[in-house]
Amino acid sequence: MSTLEERGSDNTPAVPEPIPNPGLPAHTWRPTDVDPAKEKRAERQVAAFFLVSAICSVLFVVSYFAFDVGDNWTTFGGLGASTLFLGLTLGIGLMSIGVGVIHWARKLMADHEIMEMRHPAASSVEDREATVEALNTGIEESGIGRRPLVRNSLLGAVGLIGIAPLVALRDLGPTPNEVAEDADYPGAGLYRTVWQQGMPIVRDAIGTKIKAEDLEVGDLVNAAPEILYPTEENGWEGALEGVEVQITKSKAALLLLRMDPAEIQAAPGRENWTVDGIIAYSKICTHVGCPISLNERTTHHLLCPCHQSTFDLADAGKVIFGPAARPLPQLPIEVDSEGYLVAVSDFDEPVGPSFWERNKG
Amino acid sequence: MLLLGLLVTGGLYATLAPATAEETSNQEDLVAEGRELFLLGCSFCHGQNGEGVLTQEGAQLGPALAGTGAAAVDFQVGTGRMPLVQTSAQAPSKPEIYSQDQIDALAAFVASLGPGPAIPEESDYSTEGLSPEERAEAEARGGQIFLTNCTACHNFAGSGGAMPRGGYAPTIRGVDPKYIYEAMLTGPQSMDNFSNGNIPPESKRDVIAYIESLEEKPGYGGFGLGGLGPVAEGLFAWVVGVGSLVGFAIWIAAHTTRTSRKKKSELAAEGADA
Repeated sequence: MSTLEERGSDNTPAVPEPIPNPGLPAHTWRPTDVDPAKEKRAERQVAAFFLVSAICSVLFVVSYFAFDVGDNWTTFGGLGASTLFLGLTLGIGLMSIGVGVIHWARKLMADHEIMEMRHPAASSVEDREATVEALNTGIEESGIGRRPLVRNSLLGAVGLIGIAPLVALRDLGPTPNEVAEDADYPGAGLYRTVWQQGMPIVRDAIGTKIKAEDLEVGDLVNAAPEILYPTEENGWEGALEGVEVQITKSKAALLLLRMDPAEIQAAPGRENWTVDGIIAYSKICTHVGCPISLNERTTHHLLCPCHQSTFDLADAGKVIFGPAARPLPQLPIEVDSEGYLVAVSDFDEPVGPSFWERNKG
Repeated sequence: MLLLGLLVTGGLYATLAPATAEETSNQEDLVAEGRELFLLGCSFCHGQNGEGVLTQEGAQLGPALAGTGAAAVDFQVGTGRMPLVQTSAQAPSKPEIYSQDQIDALAAFVASLGPGPAIPEESDYSTEGLSPEERAEAEARGGQIFLTNCTACHNFAGSGGAMPRGGYAPTIRGVDPKYIYEAMLTGPQSMDNFSNGNIPPESKRDVIAYIESLEEKPGYGGFGLGGLGPVAEGLFAWVVGVGSLVGFAIWIAAHTTRTSRKKKSELAAEGADA
């Protein structure tokens, strides 16, 4: 209440208050302030929270060493005991400290009522005038207004030094054109994939070639190029190494569907890109490149789980909903002499999301 | 439990319904019996010869059944998806209405309409006979196939997920392996087909081994919350985590309400004033 008297003279209201100031109500105490038994109890409660926290910390260390992980997990009620007890003990330990501190502050720490009056945010008139004067003196004495050569060369220098970090941004990664130029494995770069004439189409994760006659109407095959499943017989061993395998897999992922040929509305120039209703599309969404295989057999609508772009696979992969800007690229396919499905060529456009130089390739 | 239910209902039906109690080992009798059941229970939507029925607007009331095969009937009727309660975005699984004997008869009738996948043998989908090493290999292969072909709709833990226009991909946890196998074989409702030319039978068995392993594996990371991902986890964090913090806050605040009593020193001072 002492702060009431400290109000500055310039904060006094200009007009007298229409209603007399009733003042503040008398201070009332907390039960712990007036009852020693309750005070003792609160003290014990706070200490109990800190004790619980200490016990939890000890149990955390015990759990860390006591429970097996790795090949032979200790389990507790069908759960991994280590993760469960590390999380529980650390969580309860941290929370108990927090609850104890708040409980202590609310019940036992000093019970002052504090009031702070509002003041205008602006500096005093004298301070503001002094500042403007100092600024003007500085401009006058530096001569920045009188010496345009110095001023303009300074502006030029400051502007140019800002370019330095922008140039360094180039180190963030190779440009698409450099990706295409630098690597020497099949299908490198953003414009091409590993698909090429005669590349067999195999079942992804299984790696076996697909006979066209084995597929039924309504089948959806998540497929991959045979080069990703090298064996001694197919001769792809050593064609791709290390990270090249991952890059190739990410671009060449393929969706193969067999639908009623009458349902397919082939785009102009793609009339012979299918085999008896078997049609192949890139699995990579043209929006930001998520792999898609959420297909509804009855509607041939393929839904991308990331941003709900929807493609009509019976209608040349046309976008019928969502943010994707282009249809899914279609892969021309045929059967080889043994009846297995193979690619006729690469995709006729880059797969996946847009990039700056996309139309130059 | 399912088998027990099937046996009990089948047994009861066999004793209570004299019309079907006679021997049906003969395939023609089975087809004839299936046709009777079909005309009663299925023909309204699928047509009297399973040719399918179109609504006046040209939409499909029930699709044509020739070529769908016995496996499709066993899955659809055995899981209670058929007969459908109402036409809607989803054909939900519900307690089955027909006994296994009746389902076999219906399946024989539909299979007679046109060639289609037969009901798989137990040796096709069962993982019983596998040695521990074979099982571990099957689970590893099946996991890869599952992650490639199934997770897009059925979720990484097989918990199911939402589909366009109000439908959903059902959970495949705790489903009879026979029905998982038949679902892959026949592509029920809007699911794609994974015929034997698409995913070979032994690979289908691997997928089933992987799904079974999901049930047996302990939750290494703690509570999986149904494997539904961020929605279930966020809800748990808000309700249980933030909820318990709010509980403590209320407990602390409720015990610091003000009292009208005075401190002893104040009472003494007032006494001195008086």
